[in-house]
Amino acid sequence: MKLSLRFLVPAILFAALAAVLAIGLRHDPNRLPSALIGKPAPSFSLESLGDPAWKVGSSDLAGQTWVLNVWGTWCPPCREEHPTLVAIASENRVPMMGLNWRDDRTLAMRWLAQLGNPYVSVAYDPEGRTAIDWGVTGAPETFLIDANGIVVRKYVGPMTMDIWQKEFVPLLPAGGAGR
Amino acid sequence: MIPELGHFALILALLLSTAQAFFSFGGAARGTEPWMAAGRTAVVGQFVFIALAFGALAWSFVERDFSVLYVASNSHSELPLFYRIAAVWGAHEGSLLLWSLILAGWTLAVTAASSSLDAPFRSRVLGFLGLISIGFQLFMLGTSNPFTRLMPAAAEGLDLNPLLQDFALAVHPPILYLGYVGFSVAFAFACATLFEGRLDAAWARWTRPWTLVAWLFLTIGIALGSWWAYYELGWGGWWFWDAVENASFMPWLAGTALIHSLAVTEKRGLFKSWTLLLAISAFSLSLLGTFLVRSGVLISVHAFATDPERGIFILAFLTVVVGGSLLMYAWRAPRLKSSAGFEVTSRESFMLFNNALVVTALSLILLGTLYPLFMDALELGKVSVGPPYFNLVFLVPMLPLLALLGVGMHAAWKRGLLAAMRTRLYAVAGASVAASAIIGAAAYGEVRPMTTIGFALAIWVMLSSLLVPLVRLRSRQRLPAAVLGMVFAHFGVGLATLGITGVESFKVEKDFALGIGDGVTIAGYDFKYAALRDVRGPNYNGVEADVVVSRRGEPVAVLKPQKRHYNSGGNPLSEAGIEVGAARDLFAALGDDLGQGRWSFRLQYKPLIRFVWLGAILVALGGLFAALDHRYRRRVTAEVRDAAAAALP
Repeated sequence: MKLSLRFLVPAILFAALAAVLAIGLRHDPNRLPSALIGKPAPSFSLESLGDPAWKVGSSDLAGQTWVLNVWGTWCPPCREEHPTLVAIASENRVPMMGLNWRDDRTLAMRWLAQLGNPYVSVAYDPEGRTAIDWGVTGAPETFLIDANGIVVRKYVGPMTMDIWQKEFVPLLPAGGAGR
Repeated sequence: MIPELGHFALILALLLSTAQAFFSFGGAARGTEPWMAAGRTAVVGQFVFIALAFGALAWSFVERDFSVLYVASNSHSELPLFYRIAAVWGAHEGSLLLWSLILAGWTLAVTAASSSLDAPFRSRVLGFLGLISIGFQLFMLGTSNPFTRLMPAAAEGLDLNPLLQDFALAVHPPILYLGYVGFSVAFAFACATLFEGRLDAAWARWTRPWTLVAWLFLTIGIALGSWWAYYELGWGGWWFWDAVENASFMPWLAGTALIHSLAVTEKRGLFKSWTLLLAISAFSLSLLGTFLVRSGVLISVHAFATDPERGIFILAFLTVVVGGSLLMYAWRAPRLKSSAGFEVTSRESFMLFNNALVVTALSLILLGTLYPLFMDALELGKVSVGPPYFNLVFLVPMLPLLALLGVGMHAAWKRGLLAAMRTRLYAVAGASVAASAIIGAAAYGEVRPMTTIGFALAIWVMLSSLLVPLVRLRSRQRLPAAVLGMVFAHFGVGLATLGITGVESFKVEKDFALGIGDGVTIAGYDFKYAALRDVRGPNYNGVEADVVVSRRGEPVAVLKPQKRHYNSGGNPLSEAGIEVGAARDLFAALGDDLGQGRWSFRLQYKPLIRFVWLGAILVALGGLFAALDHRYRRRVTAEVRDAAAAALP
């Protein structure tokens, strides 16, 4: 009953594959340090989701700490995190801007009407240009930008209260004086 | 209430799968019939409850219950009933449920048809199938529950992806899954065999029809997907080598190698360990494919968010199933000795060539599919591997494969090729090359090297397939269903090769901006944009153009391409207008509204493209004939009983 090396080859090849997949899983999503961390937030000026005549931009919230959340109605995890975003917004500690990514205006408006709107304003990015500037690889992604316009935190994947408390709240200005 | 019942049924199904595995393995180990019988009862129960769960989800779709998150995400009140049902498997959670249902169905079929097998062996097969069921049901309940409620309920659903609102794509997943999941039977047989450490001809004969049926469903599923991509995506291509297609094509290639290798194992007792490895590979690749596609691990780079929890579960499951079976293989396979010689020109050799070439193509496609993932994981940058690579690595092994196929069909087991047969084959080969050059020159006005090679190989394969029944009938031999199946399948391969060569050599694809009344000429056909009108469907609005096609002044067809806007929003969808013909398709797709009545059009001339799918249908039909061969039913039972009797002390 000795193991023959020749017959072990398939198992060894598979182990290598599994290892790479494991690295890929760990590497790819959540805590991937963004190249943006510590750098100024890329500026943008886009049409507002609700009103094409109205511009929404990165300078709107300059001078205060703010959150940018990238979402789309096509993205099930965005639906998953939405109640959390609504809960965060209801605490009124920090303004949150939405970046509606590669989506449809009507669908997105319906989504906000149905599920609640946690955003102070939503920028509409159907082509995904701005999302590219921000290094977005998947939705949802959430960025924290400080009062100096520096990106201080990025989280990829559905936001949870736990992650918000642990990773974002400590970076908010003391006293919760968002607005 | 109904969704909760569905959820509960799913939990019960998981418990019954666990019972199925536990009592089957336990009963086989202890040799107690009541335990094994309990395992079989659990199989029935598992099927019933997973069917109930599936029914509950279907009911939620039919009744438009938008308080179920999955329904709200994939349906819409205006969605027609047929697509509301098809939407059950329109996304991740529901397709897992379909997977699980089909697996339970296959398990039930194996249970019903295997009473002639050695009892402990039969039990172990059911045990391994039970383990797979457990994995899938745990995955669903743990990370992808289709019955999750949405509170408060949505007033309106987000709609099924309009691309999926199409007949071919609605039936595509169930057929494809019948194939994917069907390989689990061969897999479970291989695992049980490895576990017991003995393999006889009866094993191969038992596995063959199951593998053939799974393989033929996979063939139809892939062909449907290709046909759908052709008319629905609006590009007019029939194969794109994208990760999703490769995920279905790789198990198909492994299955193709497996059905050939099984033939050798059955007839000659050779290639035993190799056949087992292929049986493991075919199912492992099905699993890998389903998961890569459905989990978003592979496509995360493009669009969908990765869900780490699902990814980890998937990887753990893959590791247990694939890693476990391969370790068992490494442990047991060295025992299985094949010790018979054969001639270089015997059928065994040709089967070996077949396996070597198919597995080479498979490995290179696997490499190309996973390469971007490797590079990304190892932080070597993001790369993408495109069609030029896949075309090359597929074509190079396929050319010798087709050439050898024509000979291999006529080679006898063990002995080799008869002299009389050699002479006939030389004549067929000569005729094929001549016919190829004539077709190229006469029909398309040129002789190109690759085209000539392609046509010659296609004709060679078709003619030498037809030679099989001719020779047999002349020498008054029987023509069993299995042989007929081989002839059909190989003729279909030739036909598909003819189509692929024709369309890839002589297709014309051009984009034009046309105003009403404008005309262009491609490949000798005059296309004229004649009119534009509004159309309205059950859940969409759009425009339809009339493109009048004529040739040398004679009217040929009026193509009616559409551009649809679904009421639920999303990107507009193009429906191509296609005039189907045996010799060529004429294809028109509407692009964008350029203003002032002008539209961009994609116009195409596709010679012989129908033969690609017709060939695939013949291949599947061949598989069906072979699977129905009556020797699988009669002799199996007798021989297995003999073997079982001999095994008794």
